[in-house]
Amino acid sequence: MRPSCRQAHGAPPPPLAGEGWGEGVSARENPQEERALTRRYAATSPASGRGKSSPWPDLSSHIQSIVAAAITISIALAAGTRADELAPYKITGDGIADSLTGALGDAARGRALVLARTTTCILCHSGPFPETRFQGDLAPDLTGAGNRWTVSQLRLRLVDASRFNPDTIMPSYYRADGLVRVGRNFTGKPILSAAELEDIVAYLATLRD
Amino acid sequence: MNLWRAIVLAVLVATAPALLAGEIPPDAHRSGYSFMGPDTRAMQDDDTSNPGMLFVLDGEALWGKKTGGADKACADCHGDARSSMKGVAARYPAFDKALARPVTLDQRINLCRANHQQAAPLPYESRDILALSAFVAHQSRGVAITAGDDPQLKPFVEQGRNLFMQREGQLNLACTNCHDDNFEKRLAGSPITQAQPTGYPLYRLEWQTLGSLERRLRSCMTGVRAQAYDYGAPELTALELYLMARARGMPMETPAVRP
Ligand code: HEC
Ligand code: HEC
Repeated sequence: MRPSCRQAHGAPPPPLAGEGWGEGVSARENPQEERALTRRYAATSPASGRGKSSPWPDLSSHIQSIVAAAITISIALAAGTRADELAPYKITGDGIADSLTGALGDAARGRALVLARTTTCILCHSGPFPETRFQGDLAPDLTGAGNRWTVSQLRLRLVDASRFNPDTIMPSYYRADGLVRVGRNFTGKPILSAAELEDIVAYLATLRD
Repeated sequence: MNLWRAIVLAVLVATAPALLAGEIPPDAHRSGYSFMGPDTRAMQDDDTSNPGMLFVLDGEALWGKKTGGADKACADCHGDARSSMKGVAARYPAFDKALARPVTLDQRINLCRANHQQAAPLPYESRDILALSAFVAHQSRGVAITAGDDPQLKPFVEQGRNLFMQREGQLNLACTNCHDDNFEKRLAGSPITQAQPTGYPLYRLEWQTLGSLERRLRSCMTGVRAQAYDYGAPELTALELYLMARARGMPMETPAVRP
């Protein structure tokens, strides 16, 4: 029997997650953790798409919101980006050259994020993570990813992996539209905030053999 | 150009069942049991260590217990479950003429309670409904699954199949992505199985209790961060029916044990 303990050896087993998959990939316990992550990273990066309040003040008039929507849509169309709450980005060639936050990510935080259950990376991927046995093998090992891909490519892959393979099972981490039956706690939110995504990109870029 | 695309599409749609590469041929079907370690297998195999058997025993007691306004026990209508219930669970979900849709075994038990015992329905996942369905399904242990054979069920099997193929949730994954295309791989360390429904209700170590197939399906939906359908939703019944039809010919294992 596979022990379901994912904490330090010898520690008492964690509370059983109940719903989700073996390692407690449970959305039930995610929102809390997710909020915790958001708080942590929202504080360091105001550009994070998550956790910040709407840029639009409480609108009293419909016209205002329609105008707002129209502007949002036209900006989105003009720049070929996705808007609503997400930071705009521009795809050039097979990548996104510019940081989503305008700043460089933090590789150490990125590593911690890749290992965090909430980001879901190691559900599918393995990598140079000797501290955990709970890694997936549905996807390539991340070791050496920084040799194989440029920062710009890595950023686009995380934002929308289907640009590289239309049938990919890898989720689009910076997308909040075109999805079916998204759980109540997750609707309208990308899986990663812009800041989280940049941290992960920064970390992946350090993965050189 | 458009005409050609339309023709190609029509051909694809017409032959879709044969073409969907992912689907597992019957001779490659494997129960979740075969993905487990030796300890968990041994736990399922030995009735004295299988925790699901406690529920089966409870179910046996409930089977013989008079209840409801009619003061009748299941046994008063069905007699000895060992003969009357043998093979029944292997045919569920089954088409109900009055409702004109498939009903699950749990729903059938509650229909019997309402119509024949004049008793209140047992809540989903309550100990009594799990015990009764475990007891009934246990009578089919070893019996080959034939659910979905009834031609009236065809549209519902199809609905379930579409749901199985549909990507959903924030992670945008379909059941088929894992259970047809990637079984035997590992998701964060846990083996992905073929999602064969042979053992339900079953004892899941992570739940530390018996749970229904609906509970399992809802867990996977929660896992992909989709809004899980409510217990009793027609979509869950359709998925359950599709899974049972997909498992045609596999032997029932109730009560199974899973990690
Ligand atoms: C549900 C499965 C799944 C999840 C979750 C997932 N990926 Fe992937 N990933 C894949 C697959 C499959 C590929 C292979 C290429 C393809 O099919 O798109 C891939 C490819 C990659 C690559 C290129 C690999 C290489 O070196 O060739 C990188 C980098 C990557 N993923 C990073 C990540 C990160 C970081 C996360 C989490 C934020 C993540 N992935 C989450 C499935 C997944
Ligand atoms: C990203 C991968 C993934 C997706 C998508 C997924 N599942 Fe699962 N499923 C699993 C894993 C892993 C397990 C085993 C969990 C465990 O025991 O810890 C499992 C278990 C199951 C089982 C139990 C099999 C048994 O032996 O008892 C069923 C049934 C099932 N899934 C059905 C579904 C259905 C239906 C869907 C779509 C609504 C679905 N799954 C989506 C990964 C997935």
